[in-house]
Amino acid sequence: MLIRRPRPGDSAAILPSEITSESAYLNRRKLLQAALAAGVAGIGAGWVSEAGAVSDLNVKRNARYSLSDEPNSYEDITTYNNFYEFGLDKSDPSENSSRFKPAPWTVAVSGEAENTGEFALEDILKGQAIEERVYRLRCVEAWSMVIPWAGIPLADVLKKFKPTSKAKYVAFKTVLRPEEMPGQRSRSLDWPYVEGLRIDEAMHPLSLLAVGLYGKTLPNQNGAPLRLITPWKYGFKGIKSIVEIRFTEKQPPTTWNISAPHEYGFYANVNPNVDHPRWSQARERKIGAGIFGSRVPTLMFNGYEKEVASLYKGMDLKKFY
Amino acid sequence: MPSTVVIRRVIKPALFVACALPLLSVVLAAFGIGGASLGANPVERIQDTFGQWGLRFLCITLAVTPVRDWLNMPWLVQLRRMLGLYAFFYVLMHFLTWLILDQGFYWSGILKDIGERPFITIGFTALLLLVPLAITSTNKMMRRLGKRWKALHRLIYPICLLAVWHYYWQVKADTTEPLIYLAIVLVLLGWRAWKTRSGRASVVAAREPS
Repeated sequence: MLIRRPRPGDSAAILPSEITSESAYLNRRKLLQAALAAGVAGIGAGWVSEAGAVSDLNVKRNARYSLSDEPNSYEDITTYNNFYEFGLDKSDPSENSSRFKPAPWTVAVSGEAENTGEFALEDILKGQAIEERVYRLRCVEAWSMVIPWAGIPLADVLKKFKPTSKAKYVAFKTVLRPEEMPGQRSRSLDWPYVEGLRIDEAMHPLSLLAVGLYGKTLPNQNGAPLRLITPWKYGFKGIKSIVEIRFTEKQPPTTWNISAPHEYGFYANVNPNVDHPRWSQARERKIGAGIFGSRVPTLMFNGYEKEVASLYKGMDLKKFY
Repeated sequence: MPSTVVIRRVIKPALFVACALPLLSVVLAAFGIGGASLGANPVERIQDTFGQWGLRFLCITLAVTPVRDWLNMPWLVQLRRMLGLYAFFYVLMHFLTWLILDQGFYWSGILKDIGERPFITIGFTALLLLVPLAITSTNKMMRRLGKRWKALHRLIYPICLLAVWHYYWQVKADTTEPLIYLAIVLVLLGWRAWKTRSGRASVVAAREPS
């Protein structure tokens, strides 16, 4: 191949430092977008930004729940998404979500709890320190990322609503806005998206309600303004853009289980020994490893076995997949 | 009808280049030329691109005969071999991407997948069936096989169905695209069945005493 290499004294040579780095370029765009959004809205940004833009969060790394692995790039995390509400291709969410408005935002809390009703997101987050946690994310499609989420423990939020002894499960629902979410105009899944956890899973210290990533509020394509993260489960359990939390006595329905019950169970724990009927779950492709980065073995409970295995003691995980 | 010279000197070379464009787009994106990129999951992108084009070229190849008849352009058949070989090429690249880049020659997993995952079994079968067609695509083989050549190359019918099935089973939720391919293949095969039947009927009718 003919590649012209700059020689010393070559006046036409471009120094690497003279080229705008990709991150600087992206930051500049983000700044412009944020300025534009704030200007149009005519307000100083609250803690949640206007559509299409993200703003900085005040976060503190929780080392106990953070991996030492190098996180994926901001670009990979925000351009390679499964968020069918915005389309089926991985690039659709980042391309089709700019019209989505994550503010103002309220969450309806109902069911087996004492403190129910409509809560503004600001009130839910009031007095909560936002933690940064670097978690593995394992998709059921056998790829994985490492993501520095920003959020608060789900247990802290749920306790505010004072669930009763009848609350055996927690159900979540994604917002239904076909006018802002083009994917909801087609019937690829039953909208709105619903998910659920057993109450002890929901109260587990690893369960996180994420409001941001990389120290900034969540971009729309990643589930703004509020999403669930359960790192020992397949990614589809991590329901996005949550508008409803319901405490129930019975196991709530979940979207992928409705769509294909023999392929996606309620638990959806990452398990290399229980294959998806159509593909192996034994190994995964690490996003960011490049063309020649080969697959690596998938870990039981996505590497969180020590923390969560006791939740499933005595259960046949082949049956409760 | 274009002259033999035009077909050989203009149409065929142009088609050859056009059919190589999907490959070129992958190569350009792999090297980041012209701002193109393979995205966060390059292996998946390469594999999907080759697979999609393999299926498209199978459909295009299957369409040559019907389109020739509908548009009354008999010379189109002269392009069929190149289209079929490109179909084989993209299917093979799709397979090799899976084997080398995706699985990284992890043989125990590869053999298990081919044996136990129906959608992979089906895809692999389609590839195996394409091999004899590619090998016998030369003029020499056509002459040597005579009548049997045509019978052998009817394998393209089940191959197309297997390819669509492979795609359908691989999709997670939205089956629209595989079903569109299925409709295309069924129309192209249905036309052949209808033509064979009506052809036979007219032969029978011609034989009947008037």
